[in-house]
Amino acid sequence: MAAGAVLGAAGTDGTRVQTAPGGERPGAMEPAEGAARTLPSTGRVSVAGRISGAGRLSRGPHLRKLSGRLGVSPSGRALPPGSQENADPQKIAFLLRKQWTLYSVTPLYKFSSAHLKDYGRQLGAFIAAEKQKGLAVEVGVELGIKVAVSSLPGLKGSDQDHAAVLVQLSLKSSASQKKTEEKLIWSGWFCCVAGDDLSLNVLEDFTCLPLFLANGAESYTSLVGSWFQKTFDCCFRRLVISPLILTWMAALWTGYKVDKTSSAVELVFSVPCLPQPLDISYAIHTEDAKALWDTVQKTPGEITQEEVDVFMDCLYSHFHRHFKIHLSATKLVKVSTGIASARCDGIIKFLQSQYIIRVLMLLTELAVAQIQ
Amino acid sequence: MAVARPFDKLPALNSAALLLVGADGSAQQRLAEAVLRERKEFEISIHLATSLPLPAERDHLRPRIDLIVFIIDIKSKYSLKNVEASLAYVDASFFLGKVCFLVTGVGRVNNCSIEMNAIWKLRDVYCSPVLLCELEVERIQATTAQRLLRMLQICAGHVPGVSALTFGSLMRSSADD
Repeated sequence: MAAGAVLGAAGTDGTRVQTAPGGERPGAMEPAEGAARTLPSTGRVSVAGRISGAGRLSRGPHLRKLSGRLGVSPSGRALPPGSQENADPQKIAFLLRKQWTLYSVTPLYKFSSAHLKDYGRQLGAFIAAEKQKGLAVEVGVELGIKVAVSSLPGLKGSDQDHAAVLVQLSLKSSASQKKTEEKLIWSGWFCCVAGDDLSLNVLEDFTCLPLFLANGAESYTSLVGSWFQKTFDCCFRRLVISPLILTWMAALWTGYKVDKTSSAVELVFSVPCLPQPLDISYAIHTEDAKALWDTVQKTPGEITQEEVDVFMDCLYSHFHRHFKIHLSATKLVKVSTGIASARCDGIIKFLQSQYIIRVLMLLTELAVAQIQ
Repeated sequence: MAVARPFDKLPALNSAALLLVGADGSAQQRLAEAVLRERKEFEISIHLATSLPLPAERDHLRPRIDLIVFIIDIKSKYSLKNVEASLAYVDASFFLGKVCFLVTGVGRVNNCSIEMNAIWKLRDVYCSPVLLCELEVERIQATTAQRLLRMLQICAGHVPGVSALTFGSLMRSSADD
């Protein structure tokens, strides 16, 4: 199927990759059949061998401090032992399949997990006061907003991490005369998974919860955020994920074993410098992508920048062979695999509960890097 | 295969030639215009190329190249690959101070597609200075043009007492500090 004339490319062997102008994507993305299946067996490994000539970047704890600077990739550390068992799948099931907006939070001053109920009451009063002022947009008959602040156990990487804190806003409305229904309208949670770098340098009275995820209306996010900023003297900033980090996520998440056959590995690229914005969506069968990654990765449990580069180069050169488009000149904006999906403006979706800790570990590292 | 050689042509009187190699044509064009706008005492000719080798047919018409600047855009991995492929077509004696890497787009940390370690590796392997800039900003573009003009002046031998090799090693030792 030939791609649009503006790209001037021709796909001759039935690979189906759709390009959509105007930034919208068509609904069902079919994986690149036929051609993608030949990825592991057509000697792409020889391409990998040629490119990865120059030695390996050594991975170690000292590199984590560098990841705050321009364009240094995160370390591919192995998961710390003992943290897998803490995450109870039932309790965190409500975190899956929702779009979470990511923020990085500086350490909170004088935050205590013993006073969560008090914080809930104060936050509820604050929100009610703001609504009286007319700042929050809410129309309709309702009795008010109930705030619940609770602790989420099991979402931490090591014992030094503070337990995750969950804030939920529910709308109380009287559906009938006797019943009062509560509808969850907004939820947000702070967490810290393996944030050792930050907590080591922090003074007493400060709690380190560098990652904040929010789901719901933006107005509530700003209300809750401003209350936390006023009360605990912290600073919220939107977490931005650079294309370099997105390639790391693509490689990392492709490597994880998924039990059931999940959706394809999908990469979305945005093409710059065109009169009309153009998005290219490149979808690969999960098994093929995993087979390719397995041929590239040498030591299990450790990933280097060279391996990620080789993996992405194989995908780019495959695309170039069929469509004559250099994907390396475009900007990677979204990565979605069976484990999770991430967008460059800081939006994440978890799809598998068993890997949520690892994804949180990477996101915590990014948040800490953005703070420092 | 035409390899760029630094001394295979005679120099012209009171002039210098700059070669800009980079994947993004429009950014190169703007930088070249900025260099030409600067005040200078000698003639400059600026040659733009997307990659090396330069076509051999017009080789006799080109002047001696005094400084090669490889432009890498941090938002595009393709530009890095392009530069790495072009480096093979440059004669080794060019790397004695007559080559420079210009990394653009460093103002936007959140858009980077290239790891900085790859850039530092280029700098160490080819012993050439790396200039970081943001060509989208007018002021920085003008400053970068001034720097390049000064380097071109030294590489063409117009500054008595300072050779390209001296200047190159000076830049390297000050960058290491």
